[in-house]
Amino acid sequence: MIPSYVPPKYKVEVDPNKCMLCERCTVECSWGVHRREGDRIISYSNRCGACHRCVVMCPRDAITIKENAISWRSHPLWDIDARADIYNQAKTGCILLSGMGNAKEHPIYFDKIVLDACQVTNPSIDPLREPMELRTYIGKKPKQLEFDFVEEEFDGKKIKKAKLKTKIAPNLKLDTPIMIAHMSYGALSLNAHLSFAKAVKECGTFMGTGEGGLPKALYPYADHIITQVASGRFGVNEEYLMKGAAIEIKIGQGAKPGIGGHLPGEKVTAEISATRMIPEGSDAISPAPHHDIYSIEDLAQLVRSLKEATRWKKPVFVKIAAVHNAPAIAVGIATSDADAVVIDGYRGGTGAAPKVFRDHVGIPIEMAIAAVDQRLREEGLRNEISIIASGGIRCSADVFKAIALGADAVYIGTAAMVALGCRVCGRCYTGLCAWGIATQRPELVKRLDPEVGARRVANLIKAWTHEIKELLGANGINSIESLRGNRDRLRGVGLNEKELEILGIKAAGE
Amino acid sequence: MEEVVIDAKDMHYRELNEKIHQILRENPDVKKIILKNVLGQRFIGNGLQKKDLTIEIYGIPGGDLGMFMSGPTIIVYGNAEFAPGNTMDDGTIVIHGSSGDVTAHSMRGGKIFVRGDVGYRSGIHMKAYKDKVPVLVVGGRAKDFLGEYMAGGNIIVLNIDEKGNDLGKVKGRMIGTGIHGGAIYIRGEIDKDQLGVAADIKEFTEEDLEKIKPYIEEFCKWFNLSEDVKNKLLNSKWTKIAPISKRPFGKLYTPDLM
Repeated sequence: MIPSYVPPKYKVEVDPNKCMLCERCTVECSWGVHRREGDRIISYSNRCGACHRCVVMCPRDAITIKENAISWRSHPLWDIDARADIYNQAKTGCILLSGMGNAKEHPIYFDKIVLDACQVTNPSIDPLREPMELRTYIGKKPKQLEFDFVEEEFDGKKIKKAKLKTKIAPNLKLDTPIMIAHMSYGALSLNAHLSFAKAVKECGTFMGTGEGGLPKALYPYADHIITQVASGRFGVNEEYLMKGAAIEIKIGQGAKPGIGGHLPGEKVTAEISATRMIPEGSDAISPAPHHDIYSIEDLAQLVRSLKEATRWKKPVFVKIAAVHNAPAIAVGIATSDADAVVIDGYRGGTGAAPKVFRDHVGIPIEMAIAAVDQRLREEGLRNEISIIASGGIRCSADVFKAIALGADAVYIGTAAMVALGCRVCGRCYTGLCAWGIATQRPELVKRLDPEVGARRVANLIKAWTHEIKELLGANGINSIESLRGNRDRLRGVGLNEKELEILGIKAAGE
Repeated sequence: MEEVVIDAKDMHYRELNEKIHQILRENPDVKKIILKNVLGQRFIGNGLQKKDLTIEIYGIPGGDLGMFMSGPTIIVYGNAEFAPGNTMDDGTIVIHGSSGDVTAHSMRGGKIFVRGDVGYRSGIHMKAYKDKVPVLVVGGRAKDFLGEYMAGGNIIVLNIDEKGNDLGKVKGRMIGTGIHGGAIYIRGEIDKDQLGVAADIKEFTEEDLEKIKPYIEEFCKWFNLSEDVKNKLLNSKWTKIAPISKRPFGKLYTPDLM
C-alpha cells in the first residue's frame, strides 16, 4: 500500500484460484491498481475508484471490489468524508476537487412525487395502438397570431383565405423531449461526443457542445448540435455559430454555480487545442462571469449580438444554475430575445468542480422548475419562452415529472454517460477514465466504439420515450403539450406544506 | 458600385445591420460602406467575413462593434461604446476617439487601434492560436484590469494625448490580473504594485521592440502622427508585462481521492 493518511475506500481482491495471470487487468486499469509480481497479481486498493473496468473485463471473473470495511470511530458529525477531506487538504493546502453532481444526502424531490393514472373515467390510452405526440418545439412563440385574409378564386368560386402574417421565430423541432446536455470536448473524449451525436441524429433530438468548440468530426451532425458560448469564448467564431442548430449562452452550471471552468494545460492536446483555438498545453480558463455581461441588459445585448451574427436564424438559449433567485433571472432572460431558459439543478454533473461548490451551492431542480414556471406565468411570459431542465434526471419518470412541473424538455448528461458505461466513479478530472469517456488518452479513447456507444445512447432515449408515452397514455393524455405544467397530475408524498406550495402540487390523498 | 452610403439617422440597429447585409448580398463587389449619423446602433459589422470591405462610421456606434467579425476594416470617426472587437476573429478596427469597457474582449485575431483611451478590463481574455495573434493598440491610457485573464496576443499602450505629448505616469491598477499568455507593453514606468496577481514585469528586449514596431508604425499611419512622434514612441522607455507562468492556477486543486 502507498502510504497515505486516508485508508483505501475500496478493497480489490484477485482470486488466485481463478486468476490465470493473463495480466488483462493490469492493462485495463488506467489508475494503476493492478501489477504482476511473480506469479500473482498485486492490487493497490487505494488507487481504486470502483469503476469496474477490471471486474468487467476479467476473463475469469476473478476480481471483486468491496467497500473497505475499515472501522472509523463512528461519530454523527465527524463522518468519514469530513475527516478524509481534512487529511487531504492538510497535506496539500489546496481546494478539494471532485467530479459528478452533489453527493450530499439532500432530499431527492423526484422520488417524493408520484404520478396519476386514469381509472374508469377519462379512460387511459394505449400508445401501442393510438398516436402519442411527443414532438416538442423549443424556441420563441409569438404572443398572438395575426392573419391577412386574401380573396382567391377556387373552382370558379371566390373564397377568403387566411394567410399567416406573424413572423414565427426559428424553433428546434424535437421528436422526444430528451436532449443530451452540454459536456465539452476536452472533458469528454471525441468518441463519447461521436456516440452522442449519432444517437441524437437517429432519435430526432439534440446535443450540446459544451464550451469546447465543435470538433470537425462532428460537422456531419451539426444540425443536431447546440453550440455553447461561455465566458472563455473557446472555439467561438462565425463558422461555429452558424454551424450548429442553436446557440446556448452558459451563465452558470448546476454543479458549480457562480464559478467558471478550468481545463488544465495537460488536457489541452493538439486536437483540443485546435477546436478550442488555444495553444497546446496552456490552461483553458473560463472566468466566473462573462466580462461583457454585468447586468440583465448586458445579457440581452449578448443574446442580440449572437442573433445579429447569425442573422436571427438560430434560437439562442441561456443556461443558468438553479439558485435562490433563479425565477427573477429567468424573467430577465425571457424579456431579452432569448428563446429558452435552461435551468441546471444542483445534482447536475461535472467533470471537475470544487467539492465545496458541488455539495453546497444551488437548489434542487424540481423546486427551480416549479418556481421559474410559476414566475414566468405570473409575468405573462411563460407561453413565449421554453424551459429546459437539467441536473440529476435519471429515468423517464424524472423526465415526466420535470415536464409536469413546467419544463418543455430536459437535458440528460450523467444518464447519457452511464449509457456509455460510466460508473459515476467521479474521477473525470483525472483524465484517466478507463471507459474511454472522460479522457483524451488515445489508448483509452479507443475503448469506446462510437457505433456501439451511439446504439446504447439511442436505445436509452428510445426506451425512455416509449415509457413516457405509456405514462402519458395512463394519464389519458395523448400529447406532451398537455402534460407541460400540468401539476395536477402530480402528488407529493412525505413533503411539508411549504415544499408542496413551492412545487405547486397537492399531497397524496388530496 | 464600390462605395455605398447609408444614412443611419433614427434607424434601429436591426434595420441598419440588415441594410448592410442586404448591400453585401446584392452587391458582392462593394468595397466601402459609409455609415452617416450613427448614434448608438449596436452590433455593426457583427460576424462579417468579407476581407476587402471597409466600413466607415461617422458618429458613435453602440456596443459590440465588430463582434465575431472576421476580415473587414471598420473605421470609426468618433468614440465607440462598450466591447468593440468582442470575440473578433480577424480584421481591423480603427477608432478615432476613445472606447468603452472591455474593448477587445476575448479577441482572437486581428487588430484594434484606439486613438484615445479605453475603459476598464480592456483586452480581457485575449487569446492567440498559431498565426492568429490579436493586437490592441491604445493611444492614450487604459483603465484598471487591463489584459485581465489574458491568454495570448499583444496589448500596446502608447500613453500620449491627442497632440502626441506624453500623458505622464500610467495610473492603471491590477494590470494583467490572471494573465497566462501574451504580453502587455506600456510606454513608461510601471510599479510592481500596479500589477495584478500572476503578472510580472519582464525585461523589454530588442525582440520586443521589433515585435511592437510594426503596430506602432501602423498606428501612426492610421492617425497621421508625425515622424517625430513615431520616433519618440519607438525610442521611449517601455515596460513589458507578461505572465509569471503559463499555469498561474496550476496548483489550486487537490483531488478528493488520496
